[in-house]
Amino acid sequence: MNRPKTWLLVFVALIWAASWFQGAINPYYFDILITIGINIVLGVSLNLVNGYTGQFSLGHAGFMAVGAYVSAAMTIFLCPRWLAACGGGSTAESALFLGALVAGGFGAALAGLAVGVPSLRLKGDYLAIVTLGFGEIIRVMVQNTEAVGGSRGLSIPARETGLFTTYLAAALAVYVVVSLVHSTYGRGFLMVRDDEVAAEAMGINTTKYKVMAFVVGAFFAGIAGGLYAHFKQFIHPEGFGFLRSVDIVVIVILGGMGNTPGVILAAILLTILPEGLRALAALEALPVWLRGMIQNRMILYSLLLIGLMLTRPQGLFSGGGKWLRWWKRRQA
Amino acid sequence: MASLVEKEAGMSPLLEINDCTVAFGGLKAVSELNLSIHQGELMGLIGPNGAGKTTAFNLITGVYRPTDGEIRFDGRSIVGRRPYQITARGIARTFQNIRLFASLSVFDNVRAACNMHLRHGISHALWRGDAFAQEEKAVEDRVMELLEIFHLDHLCNAPSTGLPYGDQRRLEIVRALATRPKLLLLDEPAAGMNPTEKQELVRLIRFTQEKFKLAVLLVEHDMRVVMGICERIAVLDYGMKIAEGTPEEIRNNRKVIEAYLGE
Ligand SMILES: Nc1ncnc2c1ncn2[C@@H]1O[C@H](COP(=O)(O)OP(=O)(O)OP(=O)(O)O)[C@@H](O)[C@H]1O
Ligand SMILES: [Mg+2]
Repeated sequence: MNRPKTWLLVFVALIWAASWFQGAINPYYFDILITIGINIVLGVSLNLVNGYTGQFSLGHAGFMAVGAYVSAAMTIFLCPRWLAACGGGSTAESALFLGALVAGGFGAALAGLAVGVPSLRLKGDYLAIVTLGFGEIIRVMVQNTEAVGGSRGLSIPARETGLFTTYLAAALAVYVVVSLVHSTYGRGFLMVRDDEVAAEAMGINTTKYKVMAFVVGAFFAGIAGGLYAHFKQFIHPEGFGFLRSVDIVVIVILGGMGNTPGVILAAILLTILPEGLRALAALEALPVWLRGMIQNRMILYSLLLIGLMLTRPQGLFSGGGKWLRWWKRRQA
Repeated sequence: MASLVEKEAGMSPLLEINDCTVAFGGLKAVSELNLSIHQGELMGLIGPNGAGKTTAFNLITGVYRPTDGEIRFDGRSIVGRRPYQITARGIARTFQNIRLFASLSVFDNVRAACNMHLRHGISHALWRGDAFAQEEKAVEDRVMELLEIFHLDHLCNAPSTGLPYGDQRRLEIVRALATRPKLLLLDEPAAGMNPTEKQELVRLIRFTQEKFKLAVLLVEHDMRVVMGICERIAVLDYGMKIAEGTPEEIRNNRKVIEAYLGE
């Protein structure tokens, strides 16, 4: 029973060791590596809401924005003062950064609670529209808040996000979601997805589970936002719009709803894919219209999704069956 | 029988429905219904198609709110409670149109229904300490015990919706039992079963009713099943109760015969 925790510790130790060498990584690959980690956090956490609990949220970028701005505000306005007060030092700085990330997570979780409680009575498309509206409201609110740069965006002085923090967050997101779902308590999420009426009849407070999925999902989206802000060192309200939410939804759908390993793979694939296509689009041999199309992510995603829905509606990496069964037999 | 003793001793019924009406627009699917079920009693609820039997179940379990009337369970009113709260009070049900959790295995369908009685919550599920492991083990044992009673234990890893119809219906009963009810509502549990399965079902209902000291309210079209196990039967027609009595009384009741044969 303690095996998941052991895995977590081993993985954390590994990334801690690996992070000592992060300076040696080519900046381009480093950028991709961090983006993959952030996308894993986003995909895995949205998967709890859209995949395991069967709610259709289109507001994940909104929660990400809350986390990004809360944590950035902390590191810009509060942390320097605290740092001065406690005498500085790089350990204190890292600790404060982690604190800012967690604060961003809690800010987003709070937003998740505020959106979730009134709107989770809604189902399917209606919930999608409300969460979409929420994302837009956040965006407009930030745009009009001069204290955090408004529509000019916000620059963050220090690049705090590294390999360790990013993959620590990814590991924790995976651990939390998988542990929850693999417990009698957490089966409630799947019950809500499969049949709400039957779930209630079995004593499940479906509202509570939906809100819980929303809050946990938003928390990790907030963390991802904080990581993003302290990596790119510049955030802008337009960066957390509707299209960003769609990006994350595509990761979940491609990976397979309620399939965490699949979603991790999809997060990796969809981060690398645009890079590979960029190289492809640079080829002189291709006609110009094709090169233009290849570079447009949204055209590509649409085609990818149509193709996927026609051939593998359960997701690219779902029900690979053979490996999964082999793994299950080993577990048993 | 225990229930008769209780009734004679004047004990208050376990479930008491007083003048309840459920209306959908102009249609009164259940009309001024009065019904009481005592502790440990096996009661039947019959009536032609569309009589309002399933609606009565939805009324009791809180899926619908009565437009009028009062429902008391175990001495307390349950009107306006949400379905999960009513299940927590001790009423469990099966569904006429089977509603198993499609993505869960046979085992997990039953385990899911143990959720309500967990003593530990989210923190234990995340920490995965000893207390968590012990409780999960206890849940697993209980699930297997219930599955064994209904001869479904060998199928525990199978996907639930892949089972034959009869097995799915029995699985629904097991799942309902996992919530530890005092009153079990069965909506056409024998539908789609062959005669041998039906006989086995009758035996199982009797067995579980005695073992878990349940009160059972049974909706069923197969008269042999109903007459065979129910001590008392109520008959609905167009949402109204037209008769109530022992199987013998119901069989010879004019109104009942008319309702079934048409005018
Ligand atoms: N949600 C609803 N909205 C509108 N009308 C409904 C609803 N549910 C049931 N009814 C109507 O109420 C009446 C009673 O239906 P109910 O399902 O309770 O019958 P039943 O006795 O269970 O029938 P059967 O033996 O066919 O299962 C029917 O006329 C049905 O069409
Ligand atoms: Mg019915």
